[in-house]
Amino acid sequence: MGEAGVIPPMLTDRYDPLKGEMYQIMDKDGGLVGEDPNLPEELLRQMYWWMLYGRMADEKAIKLQRQGRLGTYAPGQGQEAAHAGPALAMGKDDWLFPSFRELTAYMIRGVPYEYNLMYFMGDPRSNRVPEGSNSLPIFVPVGTQVPIAAGAAFALKMKKKRDAVLCYMGDGATSEGDFHEGLNFAGVFSSPVVYIIQNNQWAISVPRSKQTASRTLAQKALAYGIPGLLVDGNDVLAMYLAAKEALERAKGGGGPTLIEAYTFRLMMHTTADDASRYRSEEEVRYWKDRDPIKRMRSYLQKRSIWSEGWEKELVRRAETMIKEAVEKAESVPPLKPEDLFLNMFSDMPDNLQDQLDLLQYYIETREIEEEAPVIRGGFP
Amino acid sequence: MAEAINSGLRNAMEEDERVLVLGEDVGLNGGVFRITDGLQERFGEERVMDTPLAESGIVGFSIGLALMGYRPVAEMQFMGFMWPAIDQLSSHASRLRNRTVGRFNVPMVVRAPYGGGVRALEHHAESFESVLAHIPGLKVVIPSNPYDAKGLLLSSIKDDDPVVFLEPKRLYRADRMEVPESHFTEPIGTASIVREGDDLTIAAWGSMLPRVWKAAELISEKGIEAEVIDIRSISPYDQETVHSSVERTGRLLVVQEAPRTLGFASEISARATEEMMDVLEAPVHRVTGFDIPFPFYKAEGWAMPDLDRIIKGIREVLTW
Repeated sequence: MGEAGVIPPMLTDRYDPLKGEMYQIMDKDGGLVGEDPNLPEELLRQMYWWMLYGRMADEKAIKLQRQGRLGTYAPGQGQEAAHAGPALAMGKDDWLFPSFRELTAYMIRGVPYEYNLMYFMGDPRSNRVPEGSNSLPIFVPVGTQVPIAAGAAFALKMKKKRDAVLCYMGDGATSEGDFHEGLNFAGVFSSPVVYIIQNNQWAISVPRSKQTASRTLAQKALAYGIPGLLVDGNDVLAMYLAAKEALERAKGGGGPTLIEAYTFRLMMHTTADDASRYRSEEEVRYWKDRDPIKRMRSYLQKRSIWSEGWEKELVRRAETMIKEAVEKAESVPPLKPEDLFLNMFSDMPDNLQDQLDLLQYYIETREIEEEAPVIRGGFP
Repeated sequence: MAEAINSGLRNAMEEDERVLVLGEDVGLNGGVFRITDGLQERFGEERVMDTPLAESGIVGFSIGLALMGYRPVAEMQFMGFMWPAIDQLSSHASRLRNRTVGRFNVPMVVRAPYGGGVRALEHHAESFESVLAHIPGLKVVIPSNPYDAKGLLLSSIKDDDPVVFLEPKRLYRADRMEVPESHFTEPIGTASIVREGDDLTIAAWGSMLPRVWKAAELISEKGIEAEVIDIRSISPYDQETVHSSVERTGRLLVVQEAPRTLGFASEISARATEEMMDVLEAPVHRVTGFDIPFPFYKAEGWAMPDLDRIIKGIREVLTW
């Protein structure tokens, strides 16, 4: 514990996850809980812009899904502060290991919206993260990214780079074996990695209370000998500062940190899910009242940074960018059969070349176009 | 098929209080495919358990329940996510009887939806049934229609050894047929002849059956009669039914959705070649998926054997 006036105490020393103590800067209405961190105005504007753009982009994706223009989609609404805060705290060369719901973080880290759209439109080319963005593609099997992030971070350390890895996961992921193994490795190897659990309270229909008997998810860090911090995940200022401190510690040789972002998934798990089957309207209303964007807007209003004109300008900019991204995603050239085979290995083995030839032969000589029909009354 | 499996689970739980259902979202939500819909309401939270999100945990926990006399039916949400559970299946469930020289056995069922063709996301459309069949001591059952799904599931639950029960998710809501509401069983390890014919034998399982059957009907218009065999259980595999059919037809085509190399079609082909060279009039032919991860849905039509490819396969076997 640092002494006041000598060394500023670390957040991870001030908030005890075992006691459920949560780091927070703003209350639900954007009022200050403690001292104003006085972050630069430009950064505050950035935070608001990305959360707003992320929200609008997410809403658009759901609309596209409903119109049949996009496949099953995993919305991130309600979690924008837990995405924007940490992503904006990252250094240029830091690495992002996403889960699958972090659209806003992804866009901040240089993966444009059209990539996300293409992904959910079923296009494999969306996973070729653009050059210059230090981001891995979406990790679908829950929690599998956790040990990989520990290894990648250790590699950065061995290469004597002053960079770190930021790795996302959900509350459900903390139940997976990979979570334990990854955090343990990160601790043992003192990997420069910041793990952010987005505790959005629900793993599809399973509530956080049924996921673990632990009081908080952040306290799990203690068993691995690393600091853990519970943060109000709908408070973008707190999320930013918590991630910033953890990233700096990692880069300074202080090893990994586990941050639990206490937040809420406002929408369904994916568009294939019906959340009304397992949670109440009342719960959703409670969390809508704690919306991270609304909260930041009030804070900015109080600081006289927000104005209606500025908001309109942001909305217009977002609309234009969204429109352009949708156009890009919907006008990509058609896939070619070789797209499926070319990147299996650095050189294509003969048997794969044979199979590609066979696929091309199938396509060229296709005689029967019809899909096998659904057989009513069973078959035969 | 979804309703038939649900009905089978209901019958099993009504009849035998040792039967428990567990998995991710299987309780209140009734499973992401609604296969366990209404079961928790009917049988309570103690017998229909929502678990933490951990495939290895679900299967390991089930092995423990089975060792102590329960009959767990565990659900893997998608086959693509069951890799962590394969350690428990292969290191313990499948070999406890053998390595304890018969002292213990593991009567459990692991259900998993498998296969593509439903515009799913990455990791949601895999078919690696042959990996499971390669594990000694594990039974692998794959129904292709609602009736078999229920009958085979009830046999699997009654079985004293571990059974992986793979459900072709493309067929969950594909067809309707009469399925008795009451308890009945279909024997594990038996193939079923779903169409008779003398000109060639086509073997397939699970998701491929409706396409194979349709292909057989199409070529029938040209005077060629294919015998279609639904393998139903790839471990144990009913070699006798397939081989006695091939003895009559002399020609064998195997159709599988899974990647080509070392798929179960390879085993069927190897056994036929080893034992039936004297009756085979053409090499055993395979129509399969490719040795690539199951692609994103824009390209999934390219990855799966379809009517056209099955017809081409038939031609190949007939004209050799």
